[in-house]
Amino acid sequence: MPRSAPAQPDKTMTMREAIAAHVHDGGTVSLEGFTHLIPTAAGHEIIRQGRRGLTIVRMTADIVVDQLLAAGCVTKLVSSFVGNSSAGSLGELRRRIESAEGEPLEFEEYSHYGMICRYLAGAQRLPFYPLRSYAGSDLPSVNPAIRTVTSPYADERVHVVPPVNPDVTIVHAQRADRAGNTQIWGLTGIQAEAVFAARRAVVVVEEIVADEVVRSDPNRTVIPAHAVDAVVECPRGAHPSFAQGYYDRDNAFYRSWSAISRDPDRLQAWLADWVHGTADHAEYVAKLGPEFWARLEVGEALSLPVNYGRRL
Amino acid sequence: MSPGHVECTSSELLAVVASRELRARRTVFAGIGLPTLAASLAHLTVAPELEIVYESGVCGAHPSQLPETIADAVLITGAEAVLPMPVLFGYVLQGGHIDVGFLGAAQIDRFGNLNSSVIGDWHAPKVRLPGPGGAMEVMASAREVFVVMRRHDRRSFVDELDFCTSPGPHRALAEGVRPLGAGVTRVVTELGILASSGQGDELRLVAVHPGVTVEQAREATGWDLAVAPDLGTVQPPTAAELRLLRDEVDPGRVYLR
Repeated sequence: MPRSAPAQPDKTMTMREAIAAHVHDGGTVSLEGFTHLIPTAAGHEIIRQGRRGLTIVRMTADIVVDQLLAAGCVTKLVSSFVGNSSAGSLGELRRRIESAEGEPLEFEEYSHYGMICRYLAGAQRLPFYPLRSYAGSDLPSVNPAIRTVTSPYADERVHVVPPVNPDVTIVHAQRADRAGNTQIWGLTGIQAEAVFAARRAVVVVEEIVADEVVRSDPNRTVIPAHAVDAVVECPRGAHPSFAQGYYDRDNAFYRSWSAISRDPDRLQAWLADWVHGTADHAEYVAKLGPEFWARLEVGEALSLPVNYGRRL
Repeated sequence: MSPGHVECTSSELLAVVASRELRARRTVFAGIGLPTLAASLAHLTVAPELEIVYESGVCGAHPSQLPETIADAVLITGAEAVLPMPVLFGYVLQGGHIDVGFLGAAQIDRFGNLNSSVIGDWHAPKVRLPGPGGAMEVMASAREVFVVMRRHDRRSFVDELDFCTSPGPHRALAEGVRPLGAGVTRVVTELGILASSGQGDELRLVAVHPGVTVEQAREATGWDLAVAPDLGTVQPPTAAELRLLRDEVDPGRVYLR
């Protein structure tokens, strides 16, 4: 019996529109993606639109955070790892934390699982979340938000972290339908929790696909449409990170970032050239050129389909 | 010198020696670099059942090439499982499924407490390091932790850490919390092997590489390093181990520098 479903609202918009609508000066912005699917293009658009006074929440503060810092967008960082993967240092971040010169950066530090638990608490609107990580560490002494409670069920003390509820969470994904049903494969990281923890969510995708594509494999939907406020199609928007099945990681760029970011003038020149000097991500992609992208091309490794069944 | 002895680099030495420590272990939580090399070699030699779990969420990886990062696309394609972060850190790690966790650090002390946060004061550091990542969780919940240190000197092996990022069990116990794991039980360095029983005792020098003296190791350590009465000599990497490492594990010499 064919049923005509009411049309889902179309939440598609351009990156420019999405950032203008959902990222505001002084706001708390979560950018997630654990090495895979890092929302770099969204970060660049925040820089282009000149946002100020942001609190950035991101487990692995890496190149995109260094760029946002250098562009003057950020006054506070909440993170559990501040490094350029295993490829080197973040020059601007180190200058902002190590030296008394320049605008100070407020830094709130957790461990990875501490950040995960903050998103879990935030997504579930819980007052705190317990974990076993912090006993004996010096971290609680520099982060008063990490506290302990006594278990109401046993004579046991356990550390807790507070919820995080960003004003907006931005994630990158492989594909979504126009309403925002978002499908991710490969590393799915903390994206779903970060979206549900936020007041608003922007999903940036490699491609917007027809409803039938999503519905042919509903288990692959990591974020349902009702949690999403805007859907932005932005191919190659995760560069220099990767999108499983779409393009590979640009390891050479990661390695080059230490040298670019070590010198403040060179870093500003890079931003002028690649972010302020491009109108949008499509221009950034075109500026890199087809030969560049050919080097990051990936071959096919298809999953075998599963049978969801159909009532006869 | 044994007949099987072959010249090797410091990275190769550390990877081979660390791999032997994984004998009969089932699950290892490994970061990129030397731990990946050691675990991959162990998989081909002393621990054929070994499953490498990566911090990115990959379990049972079967990569076509040596991964460049813990989240390299080659780890995902063909893997047995790819887990979301709350599952990996909450159920797998905190739930007690990891036998051995590999960690590195800028500083280590006599009890195997680790600093990966700052050199100097946290509030105004001389050097800001990447920070905890998942190291604190590995220390709290892996049954044992192995540390591979590229440098064995007084800047890294310190009497007192500038900052304790990842505490060993005795520090947790002092706060009334009993962690699941035994903390650091093995430290592999360019001078030898330090070990602890995991019962809260200090790290002791249990073996030195051929040609390294006890005095050299003690001199390079920032605390009064105890020496095991039955101090051994590390068996140098064999030709077979080095062949596997060079030809099978890292033929592109991504980490074997």
